[in-house]
Amino acid sequence: MDLGTFSPVLLIASLMVAATPILLASIGELVAERAGVLNLGVEGMMITGAVCGFILAVEIGNPWVGFLGAALGGALLSLLFALLTQILLSNQVATGLALTLFGLGLSALLGQGYIGVRAPSLPRVDLGPLSDLPYVGRIVFGQDLMVYISLALVAAVWAVLKYTRAGLILRAVGENHAAAHALGYNVVAVRTAAIAFGGACAGLGGGYLSLVRVPQWTEGMTAGAGWIALAIVVFASWRPWRLLLGAYLFGGITGLQLNIQAGGLSLLNILPAILISVGIVTLLVQLFRHLRGGPVARRTMITGQLLVAAGIVLAGLNRLFPDMRIDQAFWLSASPYLVTILVLVVMSAGRAPGSLGKTFHAST
Amino acid sequence: MRDVLLALEGLTKAYPGVVANEDVSFTIGRGEIHALLGENGAGKSTLVKTIYGLVKPDRGRMVLNGARFEPAEPRAARTSGVAMVFQHFSLFDALNVAENIALGMENPPSQRDLAARIEEVSETYGLPLDPFRVVGDLSAGERQRVEIIRCLLQDPKLLIMDEPTSVLTPQEVTILFETLRKLSAEGTAILYISHKLEEIRALCETATILRLGRNVGTCDPRETSARQMAEMMVGGTLHVPEREAAAPGEVALRLESLSAPSPRAFGTSLKEIRLDVRRGEVLGIGGVAGNGQDELLDALSGELRVAPGMIFFEGRDVGAEGPDLRRALGLLAAPEERNGHAAAPEMSLTENAILTGRVREGLSRRGFLNWGRAKTFAERVIERFDVRTPGADNTAMSLSGGNLQKFVIGREILQRPEVLIVNQPTWGVDASAAAAIRQALLDLASNGAAVIVISQDLDELMEISDRFAALNEGRLSEPRPAPGLTVDEIGLMLGGAHDMEVAHVAE
Repeated sequence: MDLGTFSPVLLIASLMVAATPILLASIGELVAERAGVLNLGVEGMMITGAVCGFILAVEIGNPWVGFLGAALGGALLSLLFALLTQILLSNQVATGLALTLFGLGLSALLGQGYIGVRAPSLPRVDLGPLSDLPYVGRIVFGQDLMVYISLALVAAVWAVLKYTRAGLILRAVGENHAAAHALGYNVVAVRTAAIAFGGACAGLGGGYLSLVRVPQWTEGMTAGAGWIALAIVVFASWRPWRLLLGAYLFGGITGLQLNIQAGGLSLLNILPAILISVGIVTLLVQLFRHLRGGPVARRTMITGQLLVAAGIVLAGLNRLFPDMRIDQAFWLSASPYLVTILVLVVMSAGRAPGSLGKTFHAST
Repeated sequence: MRDVLLALEGLTKAYPGVVANEDVSFTIGRGEIHALLGENGAGKSTLVKTIYGLVKPDRGRMVLNGARFEPAEPRAARTSGVAMVFQHFSLFDALNVAENIALGMENPPSQRDLAARIEEVSETYGLPLDPFRVVGDLSAGERQRVEIIRCLLQDPKLLIMDEPTSVLTPQEVTILFETLRKLSAEGTAILYISHKLEEIRALCETATILRLGRNVGTCDPRETSARQMAEMMVGGTLHVPEREAAAPGEVALRLESLSAPSPRAFGTSLKEIRLDVRRGEVLGIGGVAGNGQDELLDALSGELRVAPGMIFFEGRDVGAEGPDLRRALGLLAAPEERNGHAAAPEMSLTENAILTGRVREGLSRRGFLNWGRAKTFAERVIERFDVRTPGADNTAMSLSGGNLQKFVIGREILQRPEVLIVNQPTWGVDASAAAAIRQALLDLASNGAAVIVISQDLDELMEISDRFAALNEGRLSEPRPAPGLTVDEIGLMLGGAHDMEVAHVAE
């Protein structure tokens, strides 16, 4: 198989950059949702963070000040959401949608004079010899600092939720707010803090877009990244490590499909190989679990077998009908969405926090 | 007399339009088991919430251990040694036992130390519990143990228990009482709220009776009959349901190996249920909550469709049909949860009447609602079942629990069902309203309908059933004639005590 100019190392390195904004936004939303708040305004908070961060970075000339501004901008906008939903008891879905619209408009207004300006760049971390290691050097030791910060955030959120009392209280509030209130916990305060954390993370994600990934300011530049972040939280069953997998998978396939399109590879030629290898990895993971005496997920086994079978059938079809063509660009562009959803669903969905999206009022 | 632990003096709490507590005073002694009695809406809940720091009284004061006691929040009450086991368990389904317990403590130790302490306490009081199980998977009795252990770990001086036995099997009740007596012997006072007067007579030393927010008397339940106490609660004489015996008619509903998976997370699937219900009989189905009661009601009402060949109504296979067709045939159901399942809380009573009465009462024609007839029907329910409300335009949630329950049951009965299935018809309903509902169900059976009553209140089932069967983990026992069944036999049918052992008393 001819891979042309395709370089796996650069792909993995770039997928981490592509996935970081979504990862940041979704880890914040995960915390908010684990506290029982469904904030659909991620897109609005992201773009507000993007513009605030960009303006500050340009005016002060330091990207780190920009990131601080991005986090503050996102958090401030989310506090508006907290005021409306937690104190004035408005509906969370409607308020979240309004927040997105408001954020898009506000950012366009604020960013008027900054279109076409370049932001100060964020240097990649250079660890000398480590960064020069073949393959791993570029991927593991050659990213910019925000990538490491986003990974650290995922680890921190996981650890806090799992091992600390604060995390336990947050989960309890999200699981059953009436019971948490009866035990004397301040539901509104916990939720407000979670919302603000979510806003700050979404702002950081937006800032990463305008300061690193693009790096320029254009109106509506988040282009749906906030919605992807929301979806990944759900498909990752509200678990931080799955969320990391989902975000990187999405970023990776986005990068991969662009490479395929640019390299002029035929989707039909590489698809069987991808299907078969994913299927075999799935089966191997199950086999490994079985050897260690763990339970084997039947649904996952069947999915793995189906993937292998589909790959073989597709390869056969390719042989039989060498002239077969499909709308390549369409399927390639859709592939990140399809694959991410497929994989996270196969990993079997978890249970949503019991009080997710419900309005709490201490009336009793 | 015992030393006074807690004294309440002239507690008054008013909400807009209603006085929940008015000048309530009584004392609880150290180590005393004190019952608090009263009908729904008599102000028991408000009173215990005041003691637990969830409600601030408008007037009056409390004295705990000789010092002024004004808990601003539950945390303060817990610090002063007041603990509470809630009626609707305040547990978190997705968390494990140790996490649930840690949430109720001020300074919880690490998970591992906490697990060791949970095992130690559960050993001492005979309440076996695995600290690492997820609470959503536990039975109701086990969940209650979580709550009790959560309280015991804080060495409370006063333990408040709100309706603790409503979800337990008789064996589990016995064991709970052993635990409570042991606690009392160790000097912990217990404030015990229950509707079940026989239990109070067996357990408590003193009873305070509330009526309409006022303290109307104190008695020694060991020397007062259940009937006397009930009449003090109601403030009049009590009507006991009675029925004319009728010979059972032909089979109206037949279940053949009814099996269905539960549509809910943490639900119980139905397994191979076989049953014949005849016209004119009342079949009581007992069992601890969460053993398939909700699923059985769903399968019979049509909310949960099942495979063909499992449910026969007068010989016709209706298992795959939805609720509308079943209603049209005469198979009606009233589920347990009043707010949100049996009734839509924010809709008016007229609208709620339409929701189930549309088919049989002809409340709509060609897709258009007939509001006039609907209102008349709702008003008939209100009048016949003595539902206390200003009118049919009021929302369902504005009614008290007992009144809404009367409306929900009455709405089905007035549709002249051939078969009626009710789940927990008198749950949380006071004595006089419960008697009225039971009487209506008996009258319905006397008039030739088949009635299935699913309930966790065994006294109720024994009072009205002709035959009794028990649900246990989704399986239904063979129905047996209800008269003459002993408590032990019923306990065995219910599956006994779920791995409980009698407390090691006097260690």
